[in-house]
Amino acid sequence: MKTVLHLLWLIAAALLLSACAGSLQREGGSAVQLRGTGDLGLVIERASGHVTLVNTSTREAYARVGGLGDLSHASVVYSRDARYAYVFGRDGGLSKIDLLEARIVKRVIQSGNAIGGSISQDGRIVVAQNYTPGGIKAFDAETLELLAEVPAEYAPGKFSKVVGLADVPGNRFAYALFDGGEIWVSDFSDPKKPLTQRFPAGQQPYDGLVTPNGRHYLAGLFGEDGIAMLDLWQPELGARKILEKYGKGEEKLPVFKMPHLRGWSMAAGRAWLPAIGRHDVLMADADTWRERGRVAVKGQPVFVMASPDGRQIWVNFAFPDNGWVQVIDTLSGKVVQTLQPGKAVLHMEFTPRGEAVWISARDDNRVLIYDTRTFRQLGSLTAEAPSGIFFTSRAARIGF
Amino acid sequence: MSTRPALRRLLAAFCLGGLAGISLAQPSPARQQELIHLVRQDCGSCHGMTLQGGLGPALLPSTLADKPAESLVATIVYGRPGTAMPPWQRFLAEDEAQWIVGRLLEGFPK
Ligand code: HEC
Repeated sequence: MKTVLHLLWLIAAALLLSACAGSLQREGGSAVQLRGTGDLGLVIERASGHVTLVNTSTREAYARVGGLGDLSHASVVYSRDARYAYVFGRDGGLSKIDLLEARIVKRVIQSGNAIGGSISQDGRIVVAQNYTPGGIKAFDAETLELLAEVPAEYAPGKFSKVVGLADVPGNRFAYALFDGGEIWVSDFSDPKKPLTQRFPAGQQPYDGLVTPNGRHYLAGLFGEDGIAMLDLWQPELGARKILEKYGKGEEKLPVFKMPHLRGWSMAAGRAWLPAIGRHDVLMADADTWRERGRVAVKGQPVFVMASPDGRQIWVNFAFPDNGWVQVIDTLSGKVVQTLQPGKAVLHMEFTPRGEAVWISARDDNRVLIYDTRTFRQLGSLTAEAPSGIFFTSRAARIGF
Repeated sequence: MSTRPALRRLLAAFCLGGLAGISLAQPSPARQQELIHLVRQDCGSCHGMTLQGGLGPALLPSTLADKPAESLVATIVYGRPGTAMPPWQRFLAEDEAQWIVGRLLEGFPK
């Protein structure tokens, strides 16, 4: 009798062990498969405080992590080893997720109202940008301990919402002040004593980007037609305006959602940028920064994203045109494809070398995967109100 | 559901209607669901999904309490020129904007 019991125990233990081994575990399990992370990423599920971890080779979800708070407008940056995702939540939560163990390894509440973040060139500092109280805060990337903050006090007692935070070479961060109308560059060479330079930019910068080489910082302006550009190699020249008066004084169309800018705007020797209050994508020459034309599209562009090879620009739109996606061919400068991936398309992300693009359709609770050459749908996965999609290929890019 | 919130709602609707001088028509239950979704998701892109503010200000009972309801309704319908608040008249009838303001003032439904 005793030996039979013993045997049963052994069998049960063996079964349990084999169940644990071999695969990543859902919801915070601990068994880790030895593998790289280059084809992994995550999808924000904005309404439920979860992220779904995904594999772009198998085109599948492999785990889900919860407990991340308010993830509307959440964004993500990756550690330089591309193993950890830093998730910046709307409620000021900053969570560090291990993609291999599929669990939260650290989480802090850093402010009341945040909209994104960035990671330094050397990978040691993670910075969050905040609406209230307006400013940026720097954290140790390892421990998430607070290192320093720079309040966005642009006039005595006046604080601005911060937008468009981007890492730039030299462990510096560039960002824009929506209410202050300035571009600031903070140097974190000494992580606890940042030094900040200020540059007048224009009315109501709504987002910003740094070019992939880290040289030019561009802040899109909401309060006037134009984009403020700072040459970070020659900051003493100050910010100047490009694409000025692109609206030609015509009455603006209403903007039901603010566009987003990132370094994916550069392709085929040009910058491709959303117009504000016009249903156009603007093209600027990447050398002279003069306007090179514009492409009429279906609605107010939100994301204007170049594929990794720069051949295509994928565009999604603000409400009420947020069911459409259009593709511009950068050689001809023409719209070559119009897709209807689903209801409320919020975001798009290219696989590292761009053979596929993943698109989130919030109101369909689906992420759709398209072939970028044939425009055929390759697959889809379910996610609860998916918004941002972030692949680890961002880990190695300036300005992501 | 207790009668108090219902009563309050009725009262709010009455006051709003009185203030703005417009009919008290309530959107149908299905339309109410659409409006809730619109406010949380699409107004939420600027005001935050929890309406605690973002690029636009918070739309919470505590922050709106001392603002005249009719001006809030007008802000929604016509927008605020010179700011990022767009006009919603293409998508919302005036009584729907009124209904939204009524709900915002008492704490917006999930
Ligand atoms: C594109 C961004 C944006 C969207 C989308 C948006 N708003 Fe606004 N809203 C703003 C801004 C910015 C203000 C503040 C305007 C100002 O400075 O006076 C504002 C102000 C308001 C106010 C006045 C608040 C106050 O304290 O006076 C109300 C009410 C309001 N919005 C409701 C809505 C509703 C309802 C929706 C959706 C149907 C919506 N908003 C969508 C940006 C937006």
